[in-house]
Amino acid sequence: MKVSETKILLGNEAIARGAYEAGVKVSSAYPGTPSTEVSETLAKYDEVYAEWAPNEKAATEVALGASVAGVRSMCAMKHVGVNVAADPLYTSAYTGVRGGMVLVAADDPGMYSSQNEQDTRMVARAAMLPVIEPSDSAEAKKFMKFAYEFSEKYDTPVILRTTTRLSHSQGPVKLEPREERPDIPYEKDIAKYVMMPGNAIKRHVVVEQRLNRMAEDANTLPINRAEYSDLSVGFITSGVAYQYVKEVMPQASVLKLGLVNPLPRKLIEEFASKVGKLYIFEELEPVIEEQVKSWGIAKAVGKELFTRQGEYSANLLRERVLGETISADAPAQVPARPPILCPGCPHRSVFTALKRLKIHATGDIGCYTLGAVAPLGVIETTVCMGSGISMLHGMEKAKGKDYVRDWVAVIGDSTFMHTGVNSLLNMAYNQATGTVVILDNSTTAMTGHQDHPATGKTLKGEVVPAIDPAALCRAMGIKNVCIVNALDQNELQEVLKRETAREELSVIIAQSPCALLKGVKFPNKCRALPEKCRKCGACLQPGCPALTKNEDGTIKIDEAMCNGCGLCMQLCRFGAIEMKKAGE
Amino acid sequence: MKTETTNIMIVGVGGQGTLLTSRILGRLATQAGYDVKLSEVHGMAQRGGSVVTFVRFGGQVAEPIVEVGQADVLIAFERLEALRYLHFLKKDGVVVVNDLRIDPITVVTGAAEYPDGILEKLQQARRTIAVPATEEAKKLGVPRAFNVIVLGAAARHMAFAKEDWLRVIEATVPPKTVEINKRAFETGYALSV
Repeated sequence: MKVSETKILLGNEAIARGAYEAGVKVSSAYPGTPSTEVSETLAKYDEVYAEWAPNEKAATEVALGASVAGVRSMCAMKHVGVNVAADPLYTSAYTGVRGGMVLVAADDPGMYSSQNEQDTRMVARAAMLPVIEPSDSAEAKKFMKFAYEFSEKYDTPVILRTTTRLSHSQGPVKLEPREERPDIPYEKDIAKYVMMPGNAIKRHVVVEQRLNRMAEDANTLPINRAEYSDLSVGFITSGVAYQYVKEVMPQASVLKLGLVNPLPRKLIEEFASKVGKLYIFEELEPVIEEQVKSWGIAKAVGKELFTRQGEYSANLLRERVLGETISADAPAQVPARPPILCPGCPHRSVFTALKRLKIHATGDIGCYTLGAVAPLGVIETTVCMGSGISMLHGMEKAKGKDYVRDWVAVIGDSTFMHTGVNSLLNMAYNQATGTVVILDNSTTAMTGHQDHPATGKTLKGEVVPAIDPAALCRAMGIKNVCIVNALDQNELQEVLKRETAREELSVIIAQSPCALLKGVKFPNKCRALPEKCRKCGACLQPGCPALTKNEDGTIKIDEAMCNGCGLCMQLCRFGAIEMKKAGE
Repeated sequence: MKTETTNIMIVGVGGQGTLLTSRILGRLATQAGYDVKLSEVHGMAQRGGSVVTFVRFGGQVAEPIVEVGQADVLIAFERLEALRYLHFLKKDGVVVVNDLRIDPITVVTGAAEYPDGILEKLQQARRTIAVPATEEAKKLGVPRAFNVIVLGAAARHMAFAKEDWLRVIEATVPPKTVEINKRAFETGYALSV
C-alpha cells in the first residue's frame, strides 16, 4: 500500500493496519467471526510473523512470549475465544509486558455468528486489564497504535474491543508508514515473569497500583473526549454506539470514551455536573452505568431505557430519548430464510445417516451446528468449542454404557484440533465407550476457510507436515479408529451401526472436503429423471437447496446449484436420479 | 455535491455477491469525494441465508447502518428478499430487483410457501425496476455476473456518471473478469431505461 493513501477498510482491516504501522512483529490467533479478518490482513505484511494457533489460549501465550522477548505482539479472537484465553490473560496482568501486547477481542451484539452475547469489558474488569474501544475504521487504526504505546507505558497487556458492526463496517482510513522499532533487549526477571505465590503476591500489588494510575491518567487521556455543545442533554458512550448519538443528536454534549476500563471518574463527574439530562448509551452490559451510579451520580439513565440485548441503532435513540414514533411500513410477512448447509456439503450426508439410524448427537461449534435445525434435527446440544465430546462422556457416566449406544459426538476437524483433543483424552483416560465422529472437511469452514494443524498449510501459506487426526487418536490408545468417505451412505451407516454398538471408545473420521473449498471440483451433476420419480420425497429429506419439485410433484434438480455429491441419488430407491458425468 | 446522506441497501441470498457489489459502490462514492460507510454480514448467515449490506455516503456519515424507512435504493438479487426488506425504503425510494426465485429451506421442506405475485406487491408499494439479470447473465455466458447486471440497472438511480462506474468496476473486480463485468454493467444499464 502507498503511504498517505486513503483507503476504504473494514474495521478489522484497519485494526490490522494499526498493528502493522505500530511495528508489530508477531501475531497469533484462532479464527472466529467477527475477528477473523484481523489476522488474515496482518498476515499479508511480510514484516509480520502471523500464525493460526490451534486455539486462543495458545495464541495469547504466543503473543505474551513474544512480548517478554521484547517485540510488539498481537493476538486476536472472538469474544468467546477470550474465555479460552482467560487462563494466560488473567495472569498476564500480573506479569505485565516488555514489548507492547494487544489482545483484539471481537464481541457480537445481536449474535450474528455466536453462541452467546457476553461482554468482554466484564472479563477485562475481572482481569484488571485496560480496554480501548474505537468507534469506526479510522479510529480502529489510530487506537490500535495508541494501544501499543499505552501497553508499554503502563507495562500491561491491552484489550482492544471491537464489535461485529465495527469489525464488518467499512470506512475511510488514512494509511501511514510502519514504525520499525528496535527489539527491547531481553532481561532475566524471575520476580516479574514467574508467577508462583511468592512473586505473584507482590505483583498483585503492582496490578492494583497500575489500575489506579491508569484510572487517574484516564481523566486527561486524549482518547477520552468531552464534546460540549447543548448542555441540556449529555451522553456518555463509546464504540459504535457513539455514531448513533452523532446521527440522531449531533448537538447533544457527548463524553466519548476511548478507554472503557478503567473509567475516568473525575472527567465523568465533571461532565455529569455540566449537563442536564445524562444518558449512558452502551451496548450489552451496563458496565459504565453501574460504576457511574456507584459514584452517586443518580441522574444517570441507562438500561432503564436501553436494552442489554442485541445491537443498538439510531432509531432506538429516536424512540427512547426523543419519543418519536418511527413511521415505516409494516414488514411483509414472508417465509424465513435461515442459513443452511451448502449443496454438496459432506455434513448433510453424515447427518442423513445419523437421522436414518435414529442416532442422537451432541454437537459443537461450526457449520455443522446447522445439523440441529430442520429438516435434519440430529444435533441436540451445542455449547462451546470441544464440548460435544465431553458432554457425551458426561452422559455416559451419568446413565451408563447402554445409554450412549444410540448417541455420538460430532465435531469438525478444526474444532477437534482446537479443544476436542483434550476432551477425547478424557474419554480415553476414563474408559468411555462412546463414539466420536470427526467431520473432517479439511478446513475451518464457518469462518471462511482458514487452515489449522491438520491441513498442512500455515496462515502465511507455507506447506508444512499435517497433523494426522487418526494417528493422534491411536496415540491415545484408542483401538477403534475408522476413516470413512463422508459421501458414501452405505459405508457411513454400516460403520456408525457397528461402532455405536461396540462397548468401546470409537472415533469415526468422516472425510470429504468442504464443497466451497478452493480447488475442490465437483465435475459431476445429479440429474433428475422425472419419469421414474414416484414422488416419495426421500431425496428431499436432507434439505439440499438444489432440489425442488416440479408442478406435478416430481423431483427437479437445479444443475447450476448441484455440486454432484450424490446424496439424493443414493437415497432414491427408484433410480429417478442419475449422475451426469462432466462433459455429458 | 450534495451533503445529505444517500442510503443504499443491497440484499440477497448468502453467496450471491452482495459484498462485491457494495464494495464497488463504496469505492465509487469515496472517489467522488463523499464520506462513506458500509456495513456487511459475514459468517453463518452467508451459508445460504438472507443477507443485507448497507452503503451510506454523504458529507459526513456517522451511523453505519440503514434503518426502516430510510433507504433511497433497494438493490435485491432475489424477489423474496426484495419483499423482506421493502419497508426499509423511503416512500419515494426505488427497488431494483433481479427477477429470480430461490426457495428458502422453509419452502423446500414445505413449512412455508413462496409468496405469489411478489413483483406486483413491490410495484404497488414503490417504484420498481425488475431486471431479468440471471437470464441476461446466462446470455453473456457468465451466470455469476448477474449481480453486476442488477447494479448496472440500479446505477440509473444514483447520481454517478457511467464512466465513473466502469472505471471503479475495472479497479475492483479480479483482472481476468474486468471485460465481462463491464459488459454485464452495460447490459444492466441498458435494461433500466
